[in-house]
Amino acid sequence: MTTLTTPYRPQAKVTETTAENYLNVAYGVKSWLLTTDHKRIGLLYLMSVTVMFFVGGVAATLIRLNLLTPHGQLVTADTYNKLFSAHGIVMVFFFLVPVVPTVLGNFMLPLMIGARDLAFPRLNLASWYIYLVGAFLMLLVLFSGGVDTGWTFYTPFSSKASHTNVLPAVTAIVIAGFSSIFTGLNFVVTVHRLRAPGLTWFRLPLFVWSLYSTSIIMLLATPVLAMLFVLLAIERLWGVGIFDPALDGDPLLFQHLFWFYSHPAVYIMILPGMGIVSEILPCFSRKNIFGYQFIAFSSISIAVIGFLVWGHHMFVAGESVYAALVFSLLSYLVAVPSAIKVFNWTATLYKGSVSFQTPMLFALGFIGLFTIGGLTGLMLAALGLNIHVHDTYFIVAHFHFIMVGGMVMGYMAGLHYWWPKMTGKMYSEWWARLSALIIFVGFILTFMPQFILGYLGMPRRYHVYPAEFQVLNVLSTAGASILGVGYLLPFAYLIASLFGRTRSGPNPWAATGLEWQTPSPPPPQNFLVTPHVTCGPYEYALSSEGDHASS
Amino acid sequence: MGTQMPLFPEQASTAASKVDTLFLFLLALTGSVAIGVTVMIVFYTIRYRRRDDSLQPPRIMGSLRLESLWSAIPLVIFLGIFIWGAKLYYSMASAPENALEIYVVGKQWMWKIQHPEGQREINELHVPMGRPVKLTLTSEDVIHDFFVPAFRTKVDVLPGRYVHTWFQATQPGEYHLFCAQYCGTNHAGMIGKIVVQTPSDYQAWLNSHAEGSLALQGRKLFLKFQCVTCHSADSQARAPVLGKLYGRQVHLQDGSSVVADDQYIRESILKPEARIVAGWQPIMPTFQGQVTEEDILQLLAFIKALEPGQTPERTEEATAPTKNSLTP
Repeated sequence: MTTLTTPYRPQAKVTETTAENYLNVAYGVKSWLLTTDHKRIGLLYLMSVTVMFFVGGVAATLIRLNLLTPHGQLVTADTYNKLFSAHGIVMVFFFLVPVVPTVLGNFMLPLMIGARDLAFPRLNLASWYIYLVGAFLMLLVLFSGGVDTGWTFYTPFSSKASHTNVLPAVTAIVIAGFSSIFTGLNFVVTVHRLRAPGLTWFRLPLFVWSLYSTSIIMLLATPVLAMLFVLLAIERLWGVGIFDPALDGDPLLFQHLFWFYSHPAVYIMILPGMGIVSEILPCFSRKNIFGYQFIAFSSISIAVIGFLVWGHHMFVAGESVYAALVFSLLSYLVAVPSAIKVFNWTATLYKGSVSFQTPMLFALGFIGLFTIGGLTGLMLAALGLNIHVHDTYFIVAHFHFIMVGGMVMGYMAGLHYWWPKMTGKMYSEWWARLSALIIFVGFILTFMPQFILGYLGMPRRYHVYPAEFQVLNVLSTAGASILGVGYLLPFAYLIASLFGRTRSGPNPWAATGLEWQTPSPPPPQNFLVTPHVTCGPYEYALSSEGDHASS
Repeated sequence: MGTQMPLFPEQASTAASKVDTLFLFLLALTGSVAIGVTVMIVFYTIRYRRRDDSLQPPRIMGSLRLESLWSAIPLVIFLGIFIWGAKLYYSMASAPENALEIYVVGKQWMWKIQHPEGQREINELHVPMGRPVKLTLTSEDVIHDFFVPAFRTKVDVLPGRYVHTWFQATQPGEYHLFCAQYCGTNHAGMIGKIVVQTPSDYQAWLNSHAEGSLALQGRKLFLKFQCVTCHSADSQARAPVLGKLYGRQVHLQDGSSVVADDQYIRESILKPEARIVAGWQPIMPTFQGQVTEEDILQLLAFIKALEPGQTPERTEEATAPTKNSLTP
């Protein structure tokens, strides 16, 4: 048996260019479309979610361009409404929810726990096909007239007033939802059953903890969304009164069920990002993560309490004062674990040996932007203040700080961190750092003005607006153009790296995780020898001569 | 207003300064935390930047004491914010007794407003300064939202039920009214203005737009729709007499009882069979589709003001019932 040590120590040459890996083991379209290798499926997902990201991005670009002038001269009101609906639906259901679990999670989870594959490889491939069917249907909906309900589909507007493709759109979302459910199921079983010998729960990397928490939410919450949309279809098709008051229905029932999924979905979108940051900070400061157990349990408690706060989306919607009080209180409770994470990440840097490669820059950007997003969330949960800022650009700015400033930064951090593992190639560090900087600056300039706009009272989803809001809108659009450049750059230099000659080697960051103990790109069976784990995931501070890992 | 760029909204109601105080406090608090975290990160990353690749940092696993501290302190602060926000919300939840009551109906894509003295407006609302104003709102179609940034008030306007909000304006002037809940094509055009006037200007405006009180208009509908045929005060009545009904406990056929409020009366007009008063037959036809939301509000105003003995005769063409000097 070969000794596998943590931290990594250069070992026998297993990185020969001729070595068999998951990319060169088979060629041809069929070998990709029928693969059950989690690594190949991860790449298939990478390509599909990237396409969806650009579709959502184009919609965002048109929205920002239209808002350059108060009179909305670029597109008509109906087109504008379809654009923000397309942006929200595509970005939430087809990018943010699936992106980290299906791309980085799919690829890394088995590697990080020393497994050969996920528990159900064929189900994993099926999940991708199901996602694909949902995504194609959604694109069909968008290019055959679109949908104008917003991503929230509030009734009775969606059930009786909208004359657009509401049913095809929700069908697409339900289909994509099943892909989420299967992925969640696969991950939960994998984490329970396929950990390497010695890999106890409290030796799991925190990214695995966050994927595990995310998977539980996906399993429990997504079916509610599916049921909700079935009810909506029943009302729209057959006029059965469920949500429409004219038919004795209750429009608030829709909102309750919608947010019962969509609030936990916020945590589906942010928890994996938190997990990525918890991997990267120790690696680039050569330290153990500060307070491993607090961070692991904070992921779990976010997943649990996150199910009990949906009513904070409805403070002005007509829920009772009593309900508002309860949901406000619970929302403050769910903020505590997030605060713990931020403080623990900061403390991880203390007395470290900090370097500033691209993944670290993105991770530090994540902490800054997520902190602002979280702190503005504290304002929104304050009942008396929520009344004023609800449904304004203040909300828009807040959730973009969480989902774009947080999650997309986290995803970029993870993509840059694991790119060498996935491809065996190293990208241009100079261009990558530049893009991290551009994305950070562009993001701040896009969304900071929206906080001011929101407090001034500019409502969201407005195609035209009073003239006094123009300057701030122009600033925001200017920021968005910078942000757009920042997102296009990685597309270019990451693809360029594939054709470049810079090989990354198995462990370019000298990281401790199991995924770095195998060649890059990994062999089809992931590990040449089954790893045995004898210590925690972030033992950067132990001397490389330490005896904490054994055969 | 104008084209210059404001950075902070006008304060034009009694609630505005309270909301702003909480906002500015939270801005200062969260701002210091954000700056604190940023300073610490920048300081640590510079102070502990990598100088020597062979340097082995100390093995620090965490600190139960520190972590408990920075779990407990935020929790206490959060609970404090919760209490402040909840108190403010509670104080903004119910209108004072003496509030002037104005009715608002939202529809795609306009606001229709009726004053108690019968004045009607579209996309404009005139209110007196210095007096609490209670709005009763409903929607004819989808969900809208009545949002006045200068007052810091906002409420979703739902079809099929009444919601309330209130404010007390403090500054004469014109303020934005926005629909804040997405409602379809012309959502961004469902805007208007709130005109706050001094009490004397407001009275002058009322006088110049008088059309007969809302209760009187409701009385005309009461006769027009033949409600009076059954809801009459004489011995041939086939339905309960409605004098002094509003706000009273009503005993129902199934043994339960209900307070005769806006919602119950509205339901009894649209779905009479839903909750029948004890001792009467379910013979009333529905008026769904015959009366508009505005008609219902007028009927409500009439029933609210109706004192015993004022129920009109079936053939009567007299003045409206009097209460609060609402008679023309």
